Amino acid sequence: MNDAVILTRGLGRRFTHGEQHVEALSGLDLEVRRGEVFGLLGHNGSGKTTTVRLLNGILRPSTGTATVLGLDPGRDGPALRARSGVLTETPALDERLSAHETLALFGRIYGLSRTFAAARATALLEAFALADRAKDVVGSFSRGMKQRMALARTLVHEPELIFLDEPTAGLDPVAARDVHDLVRTVTAGQGRTVVLCTHNLMEAQRLCDRVAVLRRGVMVALGAPAALGHGARGGHVRLEVPAERRARAIEAVRDALDVHGAEHRGGGEGSGVRAGDAPGEVVLDDAAPVRVAAAVAALVHAGVPVFAAVPSETSLEDAYFELVGDAGARGEGA
Amino acid sequence: MKPAPAPSGSPSRPAVRRATVVWAVAARDLRLVTGSSAVMIPLVVVPLVFLVVLPVVFAVLAHLGGAAVVGGADLASLLQRMPLPIAGRLAGLDPPGQMLVLVLGYLMAPMFLVLPLMVASVIAADSFAGEKERKTLEALLYTPTSDTELFGAKLLAALLPAVAVSWGGLLVYASVADVVAYPYLHRLLLPDTLWLVLVLWVAPAVAGLGLGITVLVSARVRSFQEAYQLGGVVVLPIVAVVAGQAAGVIYLDAIAALVVGAALFAVDVLILGWGLRSFSRDALTSRP
Repeated sequence: MNDAVILTRGLGRRFTHGEQHVEALSGLDLEVRRGEVFGLLGHNGSGKTTTVRLLNGILRPSTGTATVLGLDPGRDGPALRARSGVLTETPALDERLSAHETLALFGRIYGLSRTFAAARATALLEAFALADRAKDVVGSFSRGMKQRMALARTLVHEPELIFLDEPTAGLDPVAARDVHDLVRTVTAGQGRTVVLCTHNLMEAQRLCDRVAVLRRGVMVALGAPAALGHGARGGHVRLEVPAERRARAIEAVRDALDVHGAEHRGGGEGSGVRAGDAPGEVVLDDAAPVRVAAAVAALVHAGVPVFAAVPSETSLEDAYFELVGDAGARGEGA
Repeated sequence: MKPAPAPSGSPSRPAVRRATVVWAVAARDLRLVTGSSAVMIPLVVVPLVFLVVLPVVFAVLAHLGGAAVVGGADLASLLQRMPLPIAGRLAGLDPPGQMLVLVLGYLMAPMFLVLPLMVASVIAADSFAGEKERKTLEALLYTPTSDTELFGAKLLAALLPAVAVSWGGLLVYASVADVVAYPYLHRLLLPDTLWLVLVLWVAPAVAGLGLGITVLVSARVRSFQEAYQLGGVVVLPIVAVVAGQAAGVIYLDAIAALVVGAALFAVDVLILGWGLRSFSRDALTSRP
């Protein structure tokens, strides 16, 4: 518990516009540990940005509580924001200012001395490969450079907790990879905690230790990306057996899993065994390790050789689409 | 990417540093103002015209043809409409001298208030509505400032230049007016008590009014231009005062200016308090 940098209980926010009420976030129970990269995964309008705003004291919750870095965001907003850094969804850079001015001025706003803010700005521009453009106005930068600038500004006061809201949205693959590298660099070995809001499943899978999947303001899944992927219905294992013995293999596995599956799942479900596309392929839906082990044992017991057991390449993407559905992933109802 | 060296110490946040943080936000806003030609052009051109060009034009007109040249105005009938104190100041002067005292010393006095009003409105429109238009406000919302500090910093960024332009403007205007009027008056025309009260007391209050109206307007519009144009209606009462003076209906003296200033400050407090309530982070990020 003491390791929790973010702790929320029943956190929610409703917006009212005239007669219309929108439940942007509801009942969020979350615990983010120190030093982890935590993903908030969801389509547009799923509640990611609302969550970031609530956790930084920008918005007031309609329901529930939040504790961030041991502080109440609603009551201790300025103190909290002195220790957190937020990369907003749009870079929100002052395009009339030079790169160095931008960082130095924000350093001052974060309470750094004039001299130190200037030195910090220089160091960050060097670190983010922008030193040669230090005197150029930010408005002349490419989108990727602006995103690097925005990330540098996020770090100007050395925050303990960093929120990155769609850090690679709209970037080309090279610029996106640069941002990924930067995220890894700023988190590696420095004990910083990162909350990464994204609808980019690959990004979440690559960068996050754990993810929470949000759908229409409700958290529908929480766990490590790999674990969520394996838990998806799309996850399966292909067992390779002699073609002429496939029917016997399916029968043996089905008998074993009907018993085992009833114990494992509380009964009532089918065994999820079927013939694959290849002649000697048996597909075992639900790739839980205990079921795979039971199936292989049954085949051995029935005298059916098992040449290979190959897990499918299930991913966070499979889990995501299963959890939010196609309509949700397109942002409908957002 | 090479990692940036960490700061040698965490930024300290004792109470004494709050003012520094507020000033840093204001300094950023001021720097943004100087970086925009759309904002700087009216801030330079209008004072230049008012403080230098107009007095010189009036002096040339007075020199060339006296009162008859000034829009065909009939100085005699104008003088008849003037309150006694003004008429007394004009007695004994030749027509060009009368015209310069009347126009530069009296009628232009309330007109001068357009300067702080305009400066405050332009900067506030850029600072509030312009920031919304450029989508840069959100970065500021995540800084370690309270809503009141952020609002105060933005007010400061608009108010300080408005007051500086007013006070500095008086020096320039009085110098130019004295140079052009001295050959006719053989004494200094400005500053007099009315001008000092107007510039030192009423001008900050007028700037606060322009600022407050623009803040309220900015909450309801999406662009700098909209906010600037809608906020510009505040100039109408000033025009009304100038017209009233010219018609002899209104007589503005130092006492009246003190009262007007006090009333405006009271209105400022109400309007800016209203503006502050609409400037909360929650309200700003809850709007569709």
